[in-house]
Amino acid sequence: MTKQTPDFQLHEDKQGECSLIFSGDWVQGQNPGDFATLRSELLSGHPTRLTADGSSLGDCDSFLMAFLLQCYNHCLEEGIEFTTRDMPEGVTRLLAVATAVPTHQTPTESRPSLLASLNPLQMLHEASDSLKESLGFIGEVTIALSRMLRGKANTRFSDFRDFCYQAGPDAFAIISLISILVGMILAYLGAVQLQQFGAEIYVADLVVIGTLREMGVLMTAIVMAGRTGAAYAAQLGTMQTNEEIDAITTMGISPIEFLVLPRMLALIVIMPLLTLYADLLGIVGGGIVAGGMGISPIQYVSQSEGALSFTHVGVGLLKSVVFATLIAVAGCRSGINSGRSSAAVGQAATEAVVTAIVYLIVADAAINILFQQVGI
Amino acid sequence: MANTLESTPKNTQKSAQVAPQSDAQAKGHIQVRDLTMAYGSFVIQRDLTFDINRGDIFVIMGGSGCGKSTLLKHMLGLIAPSTGDILYNGSSFTGASAGEQEVMRQGWGITYQSGGLFSAMTLAENITLPLQLYTQYSPGEITEIVAYKLALVGLAGYQTYYPSEISGGMQKRAALARAITLEPEILFFDEPSAGLDPISSRLLDELIVQLKESIGATVVMVTHELPSIFAIATNSVYLDNKTRTMIGYGDPAYLRDHSDQPVVRQFLTRSATATTANEDKP
Repeated sequence: MTKQTPDFQLHEDKQGECSLIFSGDWVQGQNPGDFATLRSELLSGHPTRLTADGSSLGDCDSFLMAFLLQCYNHCLEEGIEFTTRDMPEGVTRLLAVATAVPTHQTPTESRPSLLASLNPLQMLHEASDSLKESLGFIGEVTIALSRMLRGKANTRFSDFRDFCYQAGPDAFAIISLISILVGMILAYLGAVQLQQFGAEIYVADLVVIGTLREMGVLMTAIVMAGRTGAAYAAQLGTMQTNEEIDAITTMGISPIEFLVLPRMLALIVIMPLLTLYADLLGIVGGGIVAGGMGISPIQYVSQSEGALSFTHVGVGLLKSVVFATLIAVAGCRSGINSGRSSAAVGQAATEAVVTAIVYLIVADAAINILFQQVGI
Repeated sequence: MANTLESTPKNTQKSAQVAPQSDAQAKGHIQVRDLTMAYGSFVIQRDLTFDINRGDIFVIMGGSGCGKSTLLKHMLGLIAPSTGDILYNGSSFTGASAGEQEVMRQGWGITYQSGGLFSAMTLAENITLPLQLYTQYSPGEITEIVAYKLALVGLAGYQTYYPSEISGGMQKRAALARAITLEPEILFFDEPSAGLDPISSRLLDELIVQLKESIGATVVMVTHELPSIFAIATNSVYLDNKTRTMIGYGDPAYLRDHSDQPVVRQFLTRSATATTANEDKP
């Protein structure tokens, strides 16, 4: 059975009264007329009453309903009386159901345009808000920490132990891989340049100092931001969604003491240890490349010993503690302030990683400048 | 509006609950005064004033999205009211310091819409936590109490299970076990029977009544489950979606038959609001 093309015609019955006559099959796959055409006809005719006539209508489905609803809404806006005639009973009923509750008027809230969101001032404003929030959060954590030191906080040691395990031994594999490779990259970069002066042996110094002061700790921190920081944000965000944080608060426990402190302390304890491990593997990685360049292992080790100093190790460890605090603050803050939906938890995890990496790089630069000035 | 509890004495249990209210001293366990709740400039509900008497099973009801759970969160102090006050035992909660609020909260047991159990802890650890925080029991005693609380809600032997390993109904009951751990004087429930089958829902209602009786608590409950409301509620408030304020206050059975607000009667008799309005449309 072939379908007939759906169509509508506007007839003026008498002064101010119009009939809208539907014909053909108003079903999916057909191409009915455009509502905009009818709209302009109605606007030019100024009728006071519109009757939708279904006497010559063939088949119909939601296509017709959607069109009728547009007519109804338009008539409502323009103050035209809308009635139906000879429509199938189902259509009349469905229209009654669809129009039972008036269309919700969303308050016109100016959505920031894409251009506005790229405005540097706006971005600066957002960044300063985020920084303020983080500082406030660090303040709360400090209060909680002082309570813990006085033995008053509700922090569970068993939580701390579990988080240490998650942050430490579980991260060994990825830290090993990254550190060896970064050590090799450092050595390779240095070797190519130093070869030009015949000073290949100084590759060892470059790798040792570069790894201890900078690359070992920074790469560990970036891995931990992606691994542990995001995990903290997702855990706390899910707790927010499940009303667990509400439950903790109404039980009279501070979420900072109970949830944030053990996570943060675990990261602060584990990060320096992971950093030492990463340093060691980075130097080994550099040694592998140096070996390939014709520097014997004994030469590499003895040259490395000369470059090794406690100052370099100390700088790396100090940075690791600062970075651990920043990663934990970024992760926990995003998680605690997360909204209550799956999308919000995802956003919290993203925010945690992005904020953490920005904080890491900025803090690293600041520490380097400071040490440069002080001469360490 | 008068509190007309006597109009429908349904069972002996209920008249037993009604009796202590004649005692003038027991009046107004929780008082909500001119409370307005708003997110920014968007008012959710305004001018809410009602009393919850000691020993009541008080139901906050209303259509979806009218602010029932938000009202509960205000009563729990999780959201600060725009204006107005909430008083517990005659003293203001909204104006209290954080330390005073913490003390008040220790007398409360709460179950949340999604249970609110700590998902990273076993059921036993969930119940142990408040005991560790606020009591001096030895670890051995705590183990016994945990076993007893779980047995009360029919979950004996589930100590080592995590919330994600048990069914929704069991989670609700486990949350109830945690809520009653410290024998609170007020129990708050946010949609306790949402998502439960009729039998589990009925059993949970009975459990709530029994536990309430045995520890003599006041119960505040957000729900729109009619069978639950008529079975156990002694007093109620109806929040309206359109006028954004309370339009019914009293025993739900009385409101069903005598409320001057058609919406409240429709809600309580489960008749569709739209039918009469629709007939004269196209």
